[in-house]
Amino acid sequence: MNEQQQTLWGFMVQQSDKLLTQTLQHIGLTFISLIIAVLVGLPLGILITRKKNLSGSVLGIAGILQTIPSIALLGFMIPLLGIGVKPAIVALLLYALLPIIRNTYTGITGVDAAVKEAAVAMGMNKWQVLFKVELPLAMPVILAGIRTATVINVGVATLASYIAAGGLGEFIFGGISLNNTNMILAGAIPAALLAILFDFLLSLLQHLNLKKLKRAAIALPVLLLVMASFYFIPSAYGGKLTAGFTPEFMGRQDGNLGLQSKYGLKIRTIVISDAIMYKAAFEKELDVISGYSTDGRLKAYGLVILDDDKKIFPPYYAAPIVREDALKKFPDLEKILNMLSGKINDSIMTDLNYRTDYLHQSPERVAKDFLIAHNLWQPKRGGNGSIVRIGSKIFGEQYILASMYTMLIKGYTNYNVATKTGLGGTKICFDALTNNQIDLYPEYTGTGLLAILQPTQKAIDALAGDRDKTYIYVKNEFEKRYQIKWLQPIGFNNAYALMMRKKQADELGVKTISDLKQYLERK
Amino acid sequence: MIKVDHLSKSFGKIKAVDHISFEVKEQENLILLGTSGSGKTTTLKMINRLIEPTGGKVFINGENILDQSPEVLRRGIGYVLQNNGLFPHYTVAANIAIVPQLLKWDKKRIEHRVSELLEKLHLDKTYLNVYPNELSGGQQQRVGLARALVADPPVLLMDEPFGALDNITRSKIHAEFKALDELKRKTIIMVTHDVQEAFELGDRICLMHKGKIIQNGTPTELLFRPANSFVKDFLKEQRLQLEFKAIRLNDIAPLPPEGGAFDLHGERVDAGVALWSVLEQFKFTKAEGLSIINHQNKKIGSISFEELMAAFYQYKKHQPHE
Ligand SMILES: Nc1ncnc2c1ncn2[C@@H]1O[C@H](COP(=O)(O)OP(=O)(O)O)[C@@H](O)[C@H]1O
Ligand SMILES: [Mg+2]
Repeated sequence: MNEQQQTLWGFMVQQSDKLLTQTLQHIGLTFISLIIAVLVGLPLGILITRKKNLSGSVLGIAGILQTIPSIALLGFMIPLLGIGVKPAIVALLLYALLPIIRNTYTGITGVDAAVKEAAVAMGMNKWQVLFKVELPLAMPVILAGIRTATVINVGVATLASYIAAGGLGEFIFGGISLNNTNMILAGAIPAALLAILFDFLLSLLQHLNLKKLKRAAIALPVLLLVMASFYFIPSAYGGKLTAGFTPEFMGRQDGNLGLQSKYGLKIRTIVISDAIMYKAAFEKELDVISGYSTDGRLKAYGLVILDDDKKIFPPYYAAPIVREDALKKFPDLEKILNMLSGKINDSIMTDLNYRTDYLHQSPERVAKDFLIAHNLWQPKRGGNGSIVRIGSKIFGEQYILASMYTMLIKGYTNYNVATKTGLGGTKICFDALTNNQIDLYPEYTGTGLLAILQPTQKAIDALAGDRDKTYIYVKNEFEKRYQIKWLQPIGFNNAYALMMRKKQADELGVKTISDLKQYLERK
Repeated sequence: MIKVDHLSKSFGKIKAVDHISFEVKEQENLILLGTSGSGKTTTLKMINRLIEPTGGKVFINGENILDQSPEVLRRGIGYVLQNNGLFPHYTVAANIAIVPQLLKWDKKRIEHRVSELLEKLHLDKTYLNVYPNELSGGQQQRVGLARALVADPPVLLMDEPFGALDNITRSKIHAEFKALDELKRKTIIMVTHDVQEAFELGDRICLMHKGKIIQNGTPTELLFRPANSFVKDFLKEQRLQLEFKAIRLNDIAPLPPEGGAFDLHGERVDAGVALWSVLEQFKFTKAEGLSIINHQNKKIGSISFEELMAAFYQYKKHQPHE
């Protein structure tokens, strides 16, 4: 199906099951973490009004937690809590804490001293002062804090999909990787609506008069619990093995959709970012993952590729793609970029990736070692010609390739080079290229075909997964549609692949994807 | 009834209250008078343990207040704050009912008591379900007073209760205050910086300065036997008015030994009343003087306004400092 012609509404209807699941998960994640944040933050906020010398450090720590970038915070959680719901909730909780603690503190310290004194003078004990005077009067401020925390949580919860905790981020990040605007919007619009809706509902609560607030204060925990329970409704999908697929893989015909339609594979699946997927497989959190065939971590973590016996994964041969006006502006460029052509096969690329991803060598060093070993390296000329802008996606292989191109250009020409590495996904890279933000980046034939060109299923079937046919098809189409040229393939095929731990695959006797399906269907 | 014994309180280097001692007899109305910062509030708050003293003792009915739990102690002492400290989230009725709620009175009793107090304090019943911010300053102050009186505590502490009110409202409330029967039964310590108010409402006055009591005495004692020039200077302003407030009718116009009463245009006038209020009553009647009547309501003598004034100056002449 051609997704570009599909309306957003059409997409949402077609994917309504998933959309509902993700929305419920999103609400659940937001509110589970919110409840815990209130349970922790409220007493903590009260405590620091009593022990004022603690207030500086408590608010300080909560403030620092909030400045940690969300992705990094999620990353820190993995070694401690693994992947899935637990780390996501803890991370969300940490973000929600500051506004709740801070507002509890300011709310209570802001209560008129004369009113507090009157309460004490009439013979209330400290608990009566807290519950009858301080909390009710601070409630509007505390609710404002909860409101802020809710909106923050709705936003940050989109990132939960990175660590397999679900939520609307699955669509958003899947859509970015797949260059599928409908998919992005199908995630982003409900997320935005949730934020607006919860903000509105809480603002109603906040502006209730004090009498009704009392009733609301009882209703609120109940409501929160109901919302929180949403998370657990959709996850009733048992199974022997667990698969972790990237959001991108989930939405692709040459991904999970193909696994289901061509192989009939039914496996308990969670969505996860590729940054942590391999590690999770290694640590037995996952059994089957959707990796890339040249990924260095394959080697590092003892994983094997399951043979794609029904050929659902099309070829992903890598080649630099360049805007044609850039080729005119830099006449020597094409020749230089083609120097790598045919030099790197699958096993070389896997090895190079292993050195960056696992041995943590810098991409520059790996690139230079390779060029020297193949007699391609020349010292920088230090010329001061115009600047070639090289882009790359946000994973190791692309960094290595970008480094190699940088070195070749600087060594063989007088051009200067600017690199814009780590451009999120395909969509971001490709948009940067067409909008003249970069001049070139390494792309894969399969990605060009399925994520960018998105031809009809018939056209795809006609290519029959053939390496050369695919290359020629994307080359011609890119020239026609975008005035972008595919240079010669570098040599390796970084295709999708299903992988398992070698030990487990051997034990279960699983060598191909069909074997896996049969194993799963055995009772 | 209340005995304060060498009470002190320091905040760091500041001696807010410095070894003060005084006693308040049952049903007496003692005024702590002094300029701002003289330690009045601190003294008052040490009596219901809102502030713990750094030295000295307080006894109420012979019992050291430190021997009771502070909550129980406070529930037996009414407290009126300067800026009233009403709960903004409670209605007037709920505000007044706070202490009875703490004492776990039943609902009927609370309702009954609250409406009784409203009536005594001239507050309309329609205010019961209104929030404090919808009331005028004078009304708020009355609710504050009702809240302190509701459980009928024997002791009442008041910290500048009328300080935030305009002059007209204040003198109106003063008059009500003096007339309120509930207050007549109470032992009251009231803080004020307003000399006129002190003279109008106080049976006795403790004049404080820098944490110390400079003089403790009746209004007339302070006026006519000041302990030092500080006291004298303190009372210098509007002295005549103070004298009218300090001197009572029976100080200058004794009733006949066989008994009788004063009558002003058909209204009884209490012999112990301050000259000031007699003069105020003259303003509203066309009477030329007070009549003295016997038990059978028969007029047995009279004092004209001029004679009253002459007696007043005569009285003053006999005071040591005049
Ligand atoms: N909590 C406190 N901390 C430090 N100093 C205080 C505190 N309360 C009162 N003081 C000081 O004690 C002195 C007496 O205060 P206060 O009893 O409030 O006086 P008054 O009520 O007569 O105006 C003042 O100098 C005041 O600044
Ligand atoms: Mg004071």
